[in-house]
Amino acid sequence: VKIQEADAKSLLVAQGLPVPEWAVADSVADARAAAERFLAAGAGAVVIKAQVLVGGRGKAGGVKLAGSADEAERVAAAILGMDIKGIQVRKVLVAPAADIVREYYMAAVLDRAARRILLMGSAEGGVEIEQVAAGHPEAIVRRHADPMLGLLDFQAREFAFAMGLGGQLKTAVAIAKGLVRTMLANDADLVEINPLAIVREQAPDGAVVERLVCLDAKVTLDDSALPRHPGLEALRDPDEEDPADREAREAGLTFIKLDGTIGCMVNGAGLAMTTMDLVKRAGGEPANFLDIGGGARADRVAAAMRIILADPKVTAILVNIFGGITRGDEVARGLIEARAQQARDVPMIVRIVGTNAAEAAALLEEARFTTADSLDEAAAKAVAASRDVAA
Amino acid sequence: VSILIGPDTRLVVQGITGREGEFHSRAMQAYGTPIVAGVTPGKGGQTALDGSVPVYDTVAESVREHGANTCCIFVPAAGAPDAVLEAAAAGIATIFCITEGIPALDMVPVVEAVARAGARLIGPNCPGATSPGSAKVGIIPGSIHREGRVGVVSRSGTLTYEAVQAMTDAGVGQSTCVGIGGDPIIGTTFLDVLQLFAADPGTDAVVLIGEIGGAAEETAAAWAGEHLTDVPRVAFIAGRTAPEGKRMGHAGAIISGGAGTAASKVAALEAAGFRVAGSPTELPALLRDAGYGG
Repeated sequence: VKIQEADAKSLLVAQGLPVPEWAVADSVADARAAAERFLAAGAGAVVIKAQVLVGGRGKAGGVKLAGSADEAERVAAAILGMDIKGIQVRKVLVAPAADIVREYYMAAVLDRAARRILLMGSAEGGVEIEQVAAGHPEAIVRRHADPMLGLLDFQAREFAFAMGLGGQLKTAVAIAKGLVRTMLANDADLVEINPLAIVREQAPDGAVVERLVCLDAKVTLDDSALPRHPGLEALRDPDEEDPADREAREAGLTFIKLDGTIGCMVNGAGLAMTTMDLVKRAGGEPANFLDIGGGARADRVAAAMRIILADPKVTAILVNIFGGITRGDEVARGLIEARAQQARDVPMIVRIVGTNAAEAAALLEEARFTTADSLDEAAAKAVAASRDVAA
Repeated sequence: VSILIGPDTRLVVQGITGREGEFHSRAMQAYGTPIVAGVTPGKGGQTALDGSVPVYDTVAESVREHGANTCCIFVPAAGAPDAVLEAAAAGIATIFCITEGIPALDMVPVVEAVARAGARLIGPNCPGATSPGSAKVGIIPGSIHREGRVGVVSRSGTLTYEAVQAMTDAGVGQSTCVGIGGDPIIGTTFLDVLQLFAADPGTDAVVLIGEIGGAAEETAAAWAGEHLTDVPRVAFIAGRTAPEGKRMGHAGAIISGGAGTAASKVAALEAAGFRVAGSPTELPALLRDAGYGG
């Protein structure tokens, strides 16, 4: 699960990381009030940022500066309600505009190959780390946290010096360790600060000081760990979750919508991807990834069918079940039940092999379903059926 | 004549009295796998599988009383990492963790501890392994196999069944089929299994079944290109049509930042001399094209 910037910043603050203050507003009036407060407190300008989970919000015009309360009101009015890659902006983050001296990148990620937490940093902040990795791989500093002990002080110091943050050593070490702590405390796959920045600030006595602070934050949570973090489950943004995704999740299905016309219902993630690939190979386009999971019973099959048919682009459905824990006859019963209730008539090609396949075949034959023996044959039949509908 | 499991396997099942544990233990026993004990804390002294298997409170007792050397874990996600650590501490050499949905960060210290104990972990979130004719550990249906000399390694469950069934239907038997699991952090990798197959006199050819996400297929391919030059090798990669940035069911199956694509894996495998199938049904024919005569 990806969470919004403001929520990610709260997780960093909870671990003691330096994050400049911010406010979240869901109305123009609230955004103006927040801006007034920051400007009155001495900020020269405020930054107003769309709170959406899709990348590229800056390029889309979702991040703007404002030098006065009136301007903040105008900017907030323009950003709230704006459409960024299909997502309507419902909230903005308002914060004092930082006087940036230099930008950096720092992140903690799960390194699958090393099976450890990897800390990554670069003195080239503000740009995508993938671009830095492609252009100047030597500019990225890497350190693995100890699998038993976490990130040790000396590792954090080495890391900070290698990033060129020796001048801000104490804070840099605290941030590096704090990233790993944030990751562990919340079961995150990724905790990214981009940019991490040295900013110029006026101290209460009027003197100008330089400080290392986290200006943006991105956190991705491990879905498998959400049951033990009920507070984090609440950070899932319902506005950015497709209704079909939600229904699938609540029914215990894994569903991902795609652009094609052939709906797919499969047991097992690897086989579901393979089924999509074979639809494409047969000349069709898959409408979705859908894994009904192991041991699915009739009601879960019926829910899967509803979700697939809710997509108006679907003109044929391919059901591919390799029974192991899943019983073929249970799936067949679910399909028969679902077809009796379905609102529109879409051709369905069913292939069920493995556990109780013979019982499934008898049920499907009686109900006059189109069946297939091999996966390749099933894909070809589904593509042909979809073409007949289109013709 | 097989890897990981075989005639010398003495299996203890952790979670044998649970619904899943009991169901699959029966299937393992029916296949001929010697299940010497079960473990469910608090149920020590009882028996399972119609009185045929003694149940203990701890894995250590099953090792002491019956010489268990392999375990299969059906414990729910919250307790599974601890079950792995208990098995390693008790001296179990080969640990299969079937459990799905373990938080990835839980496995970081666990895989390290297993390595330090000198044990081997397969999984988590894996279907287990079968050495046809001698033993099956996990949840792979026994009926899909045929004894033979092709080693199969896969990140998936039902996709593996599909591929193995296609091989069996074509008369191509298997030495051992291993499902290594679809999670981001797993104990045994493609590379580890290829190395075991390379050293196994009972394996003459290998089939690798991968999917999008990570770079484990590429790493294994690079090694195979140097060390398995005489071994017929074929592969299948799932997820050619998977979009970037979406987790395709398995926690580990995600393309991020342009890395982990099917295209990259297919290219690495082909460069290493693998024949890559467009469908699992093509695997047996490709094995024969690659020079496998079994």
